[in-house]
Amino acid sequence: MAFFFLWIVTSSGLYLYTVLDTSIAGVYESIDWLTNQQWYLGGVLRSLHRYASDAFILTTLLHLVREWAFGRYYGFRLYSWVTGVPLLWLMFFSGIGGYWIVWDRLAQFSAVASTELLDWLPIFSTPAARNFLTPDAISDRFFTVLVFIHLGVPLLLILGLWAHVHRISRIDHFPARRLALGTLVALLVLALARPAVSDAPADLSIVATGLRLDWFILFIHPLADFTSPGFIWTLLLGGTILLFILPLLPHPAPKPVAVVDAPNCNGCSRCLVDCPYAAVTMEPHPDKPGHKIAIVDADLCASCGICAGSCPSSTPFRSQEALVTGIDMPQLPVSVLRRSLEEKISRLEGTTRIVVFGCDCGANVKSVESTDTAVMSLICAGMLPPSFVEYALRGGADGVMVVGCREGGCEYRLGDRWTAERLTRQREPRLRHNVPVGRLCLAHGSSHDSATLAKELRQFRIRLETQAAERPLPYHRRSASS
Amino acid sequence: MIKPTAIVGQIILYGAFAAFIGYFATSPTYHQIADDTALIKLSINHLGDRECRKRTPEELEKLPRNMRAPMECPRERSDITLEFDIDGQPALHTVMHPTGIAKDGIATVYKRFEVKAGEHLLSVKMNDNIAKPGFKFVKKEKVTLKPAQVLVIDFNPDKGGLFFQ
Repeated sequence: MAFFFLWIVTSSGLYLYTVLDTSIAGVYESIDWLTNQQWYLGGVLRSLHRYASDAFILTTLLHLVREWAFGRYYGFRLYSWVTGVPLLWLMFFSGIGGYWIVWDRLAQFSAVASTELLDWLPIFSTPAARNFLTPDAISDRFFTVLVFIHLGVPLLLILGLWAHVHRISRIDHFPARRLALGTLVALLVLALARPAVSDAPADLSIVATGLRLDWFILFIHPLADFTSPGFIWTLLLGGTILLFILPLLPHPAPKPVAVVDAPNCNGCSRCLVDCPYAAVTMEPHPDKPGHKIAIVDADLCASCGICAGSCPSSTPFRSQEALVTGIDMPQLPVSVLRRSLEEKISRLEGTTRIVVFGCDCGANVKSVESTDTAVMSLICAGMLPPSFVEYALRGGADGVMVVGCREGGCEYRLGDRWTAERLTRQREPRLRHNVPVGRLCLAHGSSHDSATLAKELRQFRIRLETQAAERPLPYHRRSASS
Repeated sequence: MIKPTAIVGQIILYGAFAAFIGYFATSPTYHQIADDTALIKLSINHLGDRECRKRTPEELEKLPRNMRAPMECPRERSDITLEFDIDGQPALHTVMHPTGIAKDGIATVYKRFEVKAGEHLLSVKMNDNIAKPGFKFVKKEKVTLKPAQVLVIDFNPDKGGLFFQ
């Protein structure tokens, strides 16, 4: 969503820039004209520019808190975290600078307060606040510089955002269409109902007071008034340092990363396509001329196993006793998965036997384990090769339930999505057409959704018992012991 | 087909989001100073004085031709003493130090004083050479300040030294 708001800010800002007069006398008047005379276009865009900026800051801070709360700031996420911290400074710097351009009383207040705050630091030989001492202290050049800053810093912000996300694949630059439309309409209604307007023109001979402050961006000024510049700088610099060192504090040891088995990798590139963190690249195969092989970058690998789920070699129907796939997770190889599934199905009792494939990060699937319900918890639901669903059904299960994280809340970003697309036959490796979809149930939930999961399982069981879905042909793998 | 309850729910949620943004984008109103208060900004930038000495003809003779400046001035500038009183009460008594590693830069001060609007007797005294006693620059004046007015106390040798604006 933050990206979406940034696009609104950028596009509305481009129009505002074209009509801005950067002279002392003209800057206020040009914006005032835009707001009052051309309210239907310029006024609405100005309001959108302001409100989308506020929403951008709000969603960015929520994003920061969310990632921190979920512990998503160390290990393979260290780079994204560290590159995100300076963006906070650029974001507020852009926002505060934007308010100065209007050069009304609010701009005057912010300019004086900001420079007084800066003067606490021993960086200027002459106090920067002297630039706003008297009305004749300001020149046209100030606004020209300011406009360039207000363009340059947001450009730096966009560049920084590129660096922030470039290590992950399939970035959500744009929210779902319905969400985007709803949000845009909400902001448009707000822009029409409560248009952004200027205060009185700046006058440095009086104190700007009674201000309609934008608390999302300019909250720092009242905070400085109520505390002290020293407190503010301690807070800002201390907070920044804390954010930077947070990933370096002790954390759980990293999990083993995906491992490629050269003889079983056919170079199909599905793992490259599906990896949410761009940790897989393809290089010439060392043993098969003309073929490629997947290479895993250990620094980028999230150890999610989504690559194992995408590998066409991860099918349990292969006859080898020790199933080895092209790309696999050392902590939960597909051979262990197959053996565990076979054992659990063989122990199932009751009239309607169900296998539940869950995910360690989502709903606690262990809570529904019983004599007629076998549970397999994977690293991520995206680790599940669709052929395992067919294998379970043909091996004796009456139904298969696949449980991912809550929608949009996948710990590894794309695990839920890939699983759903594979099982609905929209994505490789697809669930084969001989698998009756009536015997498959897709569910979602977080660790707090055990009750919901149990309810969905009950409903699925009733559906299996009441609706006679066709049954795939039985299949029992020949093993050395059989 | 979207359920009507879902549409109503979405309208409420989008509305709440817009209301939240709209409210805090302009509210609550902020008053930096009380309504009956004025502001005095004391802001002075000044190079402290230095003790220069006239070179004797003998000294000049010893110097290379291109370096025969008649005056010899040290690089270091003097501290500046400043006293600012409001209605006879000391508001700021300070010593401004020259900036720079060699102490050859300007000395600065920037302070804000909130005072009740109305009549006040302001007194500013400044000495830019502490080697000499007393105050070289003095400005004492009764001013009447309106609510929210900003009075600037500055220094400019070209404007006769200390001045109120």
